[in-house]
Amino acid sequence: MFTGASQFAMVGVIGAGGSEWAGAATAALLGTRNALYGVRLSSLLGVTGPRRAASAHFVIDETTAMAIARDTAEKSRFAFWATGLAVFTLWNMGTLIGAVATHALSNPKVLGLDAAPPAAFLALLAPRLRAREPLAIAFGAGIVALVVLPFVPAGVPLLIVATLVAVFGLRR
Amino acid sequence: MIWAGVLVASAACYALKLAGLSLPQRWLQDARVQRTVPLLPVALLAALIATQTFSTGHHLVLDVRAAALAVAAIAVLLRAPFLVVVASAAATAALLRLV
Repeated sequence: MFTGASQFAMVGVIGAGGSEWAGAATAALLGTRNALYGVRLSSLLGVTGPRRAASAHFVIDETTAMAIARDTAEKSRFAFWATGLAVFTLWNMGTLIGAVATHALSNPKVLGLDAAPPAAFLALLAPRLRAREPLAIAFGAGIVALVVLPFVPAGVPLLIVATLVAVFGLRR
Repeated sequence: MIWAGVLVASAACYALKLAGLSLPQRWLQDARVQRTVPLLPVALLAALIATQTFSTGHHLVLDVRAAALAVAAIAVLLRAPFLVVVASAAATAALLRLV
């Protein structure tokens, strides 16, 4: 899995006591946007066969943003692969460092690390809130998740929210 | 069993990317799909923020994490880099717990 929001979300759901399947479903739902990125990228990249299978792994927020901002297909391809390789390498090195380093911590709460994921999610969410509708949906989703939280298993509030927003979007 | 969930989620996330590159363009260019899919991360990220800040287990709680989130929001509004947003929230929670 190489798509940050999905990785954070899966760890978050399982860390909060949710089942691995609630975590997996949340991760996959967050990954749906990458399919739309693929639609934008396929004409720019012009890849087929094994190269397409390899490039698919790099379809993320960062590579899409860098690739579609170029003015020629050649520059787009360069931006895609350069960004993909750089992010892939550094991201996974960072993950490894984090995995090793946090083993040395007895209680992550002392460093306030339990407050870090929501801040990371907020930083990921903020650029998507530039219009009134997503802002309203964000507040609505947060409230609905908290209202149902005491009554359903951990992780399920996220799936309820995802279902509601999908129905809202598709029926409009 | 966590690894089974991780593997399934990884396969699903990869399949979504490959589908975007491979499926006929018009399938995913349907106006309703184009409108709905960007709303999913907005709703899910907001729900993650709310549940991880204002709850412990099945209980709604208000503690130092709320203050940490407020600091993170200010950092976001000031266009601080990602790591600064995250570090400022963690530092806020850590310092308030010392008090």
